[in-house]
Amino acid sequence: MKSNEFSTGQNGTLILLRILIGWHFLYEGVLKLYNPAWTSKGYLLSASFFKPFFVWISGDSMIGVVDTLNIVGLIAVGVGLLIGFKIRWACVGGILLLAMYYLAHPPFPGLEQGPAEGSYWIVNKNLIELAALLVLYQFPVYTSFGIERLFNRKKVEPANG
Amino acid sequence: MKNENTIFNRWSRRDILKSLAGIPVLGTVWFAGAKLTGSAKQEKEFLLETLNIRAAAPPASGPMSGSPIRLGVIGFGIRGEQLCRALGFATKEWLASMKESSEKNPNDTRLKEFLEQENLNLKITAVCDVFDVNAERVINSFSTPENKVTRFATHRQLLASGQVDAVIIAAPDHWHAPMAIDAITAGVHVYVEKPMTHSISETYALRDAVRSNDKIVFQVGHQHRQTQSFLTAMDIINKKTLGHISLITTNTNRNDDNGAWQYDIHEKASPQTIDWEMFLGNAPKVPFNKEHFFRWRKWWAYGSGLSGDLLTHDYDRINCLLKMGIPTSVMASGGIYTHRDGRNVPDVLQVNMEYPDFSTGGSQAAGKEKGMTFIYSATLGNQFDRGTYLMGHDATMELGNMITIHADARSTRFADMIKEKRIDPNVPVYQYNPMANATDAVTSATAKYFANKGLLWTYRDGKRVDSTFLHMREWLSCIRNGGTPSCSITEGFQEAISAHMAGLSYKLGRRIEWDAAAEKIISKPGEDLDAILINNEVVV
Repeated sequence: MKSNEFSTGQNGTLILLRILIGWHFLYEGVLKLYNPAWTSKGYLLSASFFKPFFVWISGDSMIGVVDTLNIVGLIAVGVGLLIGFKIRWACVGGILLLAMYYLAHPPFPGLEQGPAEGSYWIVNKNLIELAALLVLYQFPVYTSFGIERLFNRKKVEPANG
Repeated sequence: MKNENTIFNRWSRRDILKSLAGIPVLGTVWFAGAKLTGSAKQEKEFLLETLNIRAAAPPASGPMSGSPIRLGVIGFGIRGEQLCRALGFATKEWLASMKESSEKNPNDTRLKEFLEQENLNLKITAVCDVFDVNAERVINSFSTPENKVTRFATHRQLLASGQVDAVIIAAPDHWHAPMAIDAITAGVHVYVEKPMTHSISETYALRDAVRSNDKIVFQVGHQHRQTQSFLTAMDIINKKTLGHISLITTNTNRNDDNGAWQYDIHEKASPQTIDWEMFLGNAPKVPFNKEHFFRWRKWWAYGSGLSGDLLTHDYDRINCLLKMGIPTSVMASGGIYTHRDGRNVPDVLQVNMEYPDFSTGGSQAAGKEKGMTFIYSATLGNQFDRGTYLMGHDATMELGNMITIHADARSTRFADMIKEKRIDPNVPVYQYNPMANATDAVTSATAKYFANKGLLWTYRDGKRVDSTFLHMREWLSCIRNGGTPSCSITEGFQEAISAHMAGLSYKLGRRIEWDAAAEKIISKPGEDLDAILINNEVVV
């Protein structure tokens, strides 16, 4: 862990980014967890890219597992990022989820765009969040909001400790 | 390292606090999400409970057991072929083209759906079509070693042959009533395409025929009556969810040659292959004309344009829900604005039907609300989808395959709930998708987007069902098991008279009134309304 090489500002910024993304994932997961009517079926069936794959996973035999995996994934990634536990695993999980969301409805020219609150061409917020998780994967700072440091003190001991 | 700032000599208190800082955030986000979802769910349940709408599908028609019904096909053009397919009889040519199409495109399930359709236990024994090619297609495709389809030159010969128990009539409009009356008189069950009749006098004659032959099962081809959302829509109206409905808007929007009745002319069409005199029937005698034969909907002599072909569908859809019957008066206007190709029926038509005494019941002071206008607005020069709206004082219902209800911002019934912000007039208070056994209240823009595309739910029993199939099945069930079909003579009479009033108003350029007590369209002295209605002289 090289977090001690960063300035306080750099550390703080990376941690803030991690908290915000964790917050976002967790909230999405919790909403879906408490709403039994929620299903990803509509999102998947209306996929504009890789359609056969998304239609396949939205089939009756698959959709239950897919929905459960999505909720568990969102919450696990959110918790991991928020409390700072297995940050790199959480980043990989988040990147996989975001890649799926992005690929089902990519803002490519010529593809039908679903409802969106902004205007996008190739790059959308899913892709930016994905890239932000790549940053966190490269710089998993534990100095604050990092429960893992309690389990692994030696690795994360700050320089002034 | 100072002792007072460390725990177990290992972690400082600051370390612990910093490490665990995420936990309270985690708890807060979780709590917020759970609470918000819970209260949204409660609001939704409260709303559904308040509205108390019972979503239901129409009851299934009875069993198809017993000996096969012997069916005669009168008219095997575009619609006749569709009707036969709905009955389980597809031509060899159609089967081959669908096979090719489904091989090219695995998502094309038309053939699969056709093959999976229930067997209605009937056989096509006879055909009558004045065009040789059409009649031969029936014989070639539907004959079996045990049952060879017989061709008859006229429908009267077909009916007298003793080979048919029932007929489907898909001939041009001017033949509907003469053929249906002959069939009923011969003791043969009738399924006739819409509009039920081509003239006013025929409408009364056909009603007399059906009324005096009560063993005959008679159905008019308004398959929309089988739409699964209809019972739900009826419940919505009966529970006065919409309040007093003052306006209903329906429409037709088409912008292609086929939609404008500019059908293909068959290469083999000639005076040798078409019995021209038989086609003309009661229409004015004109020399052989291929265009008149294949595109007969474009002339008043044989067809009835927008008012007969398409207004009738929208009128009957609403009449099925509200049972509002024949309007007190009708005003129509329009013209030929897109397809100036020699036709004399309008391609743009606006029809206002007035029901000054009709009410669906209201939420305001007694006597304040009464009366309704039904609007049909059509163009064959633009296909922007406008939707069907039933507009009440308390709410608006959009009626299609799906039902969507928005509360009105100035509603009396929902005033308190709107004030308390429990209802947002911009968000549907109720949504029903007949393709699923699911109802939904307040939905997000995204959910609505997916639902409107028909993607959110699975089909009932995993199958898409053709409404024409259901409508014909209902007719066959009544033949086998008794009962009256949903679109029989009462409904057909109302449909035909209303459509003829619209046609007359367009042609005369004035308000046409209905005398309900005398059951007559009011005419001026010396005026022959039928002659005006079917007059084939060009009027623009």
